[in-house]
Amino acid sequence: MNWPLEAFLSFLAAGSFGVIFNTPRKTLLSCGLVGMTGWLIYRSYVLVLDDTTQASFAGAFGVALVAHLLAKKFKMPMIIFSVAGIIPLVPGSKAYNAMRNIVENNYLEAITYASEALMISGAVAMGLVFAEVLMQLFFKRQAKRIQRKIGMTQN
Amino acid sequence: MAEIGETRRELALDCFLLAGKILMENGAETYRVEDTMIRMAISQKMTHSHCFVTPTGIMFSPTEEMATRFVRINDRQTDLERVALVNAVSRRLVAGEYTLQKAYEELQVIDQTNYKFHIWLQILAAAMASGCFLILLGGSWSDLPFAFVFGGTGFIIVETILIQTRVKFFAEFIGALAIGILALLAVYSGYGTDLDTIIIGSIMPLVPGLLITNAVRDLMAGHFVSGLSKGAEAFLTAFAIGAGIALVLSF
Repeated sequence: MNWPLEAFLSFLAAGSFGVIFNTPRKTLLSCGLVGMTGWLIYRSYVLVLDDTTQASFAGAFGVALVAHLLAKKFKMPMIIFSVAGIIPLVPGSKAYNAMRNIVENNYLEAITYASEALMISGAVAMGLVFAEVLMQLFFKRQAKRIQRKIGMTQN
Repeated sequence: MAEIGETRRELALDCFLLAGKILMENGAETYRVEDTMIRMAISQKMTHSHCFVTPTGIMFSPTEEMATRFVRINDRQTDLERVALVNAVSRRLVAGEYTLQKAYEELQVIDQTNYKFHIWLQILAAAMASGCFLILLGGSWSDLPFAFVFGGTGFIIVETILIQTRVKFFAEFIGALAIGILALLAVYSGYGTDLDTIIIGSIMPLVPGLLITNAVRDLMAGHFVSGLSKGAEAFLTAFAIGAGIALVLSF
């Protein structure tokens, strides 16, 4: 596997999706970086543990974490960064193979592919939501701690 | 004096509904729309307001003595820059940097201006994304020009039909069909090598990624009406693309 090439291509792909979805101009680079993070996590997970569903979960989790941090930094909604980032994780080839097998009357194989595609899209969604909930918990605790600190210094 | 208070509150309502409408039309999540509207309302001392947002309409009920207002949302697109701009305006209004009048004027400007990238730049982006995905999914370098051209063509076809007919399902079906036919021709003529990766790479710009993410997020946040309807929209889009490709493959 050619790491720099894949990193560059996923960066370019996510950035292009940023243009299609019309994200604000100054966030285009960050969108590309988010997409690259997601894809590299996904690929390394597949290489090490060989499980595309778990890898998609890990990739989406990474995407959501980075997107959340960038959203805090730019003071913009998180969706701007996460949408372009998860596009490379969408199970396009599995869905395509399922469709192809249905057309060729291989229904059993089609079901295999379709259920895999369903599992992967579920995993991507779960990854996004889990990361978001975790970040919210973390930031709420941090905000409380800061408030307490300010309270202490005032007293 | 009461008269002025009344018009001010009417202006406030117009302002919240316009903000909600722009957000919903341009692809924000339902919970963000509700959150933004309620925050803006609280900043204008309407503490007991309620709002109910669906992908096709927004209902907003301010305090007891005022009538509930409704706004219809007709067409939805994806324009994340508008979402970011409305978000910035609502932040400023809540922080007290903008007056209500100023915020409403800003929102009207956002509603009227076209922030989209030039259409050829979008087509180029779609083509580039298709080419990248072809290589990422393990296609060979000799297929790269085909994915690049077909991805762009599919995007042009979908956008043109959308402008002409406003029927999303039909536009995506025709776009996928055209990509399938072109890819089949390229492979049969002997120039393209792998039909599957060319098609997968080229249809990537049409995949309803934003809709799927938003649908799941809305469902998890408890907005079942909008979650289900966005899910149905995503499913219809995916079905249209799949049907277009399947029609080609069945020959």
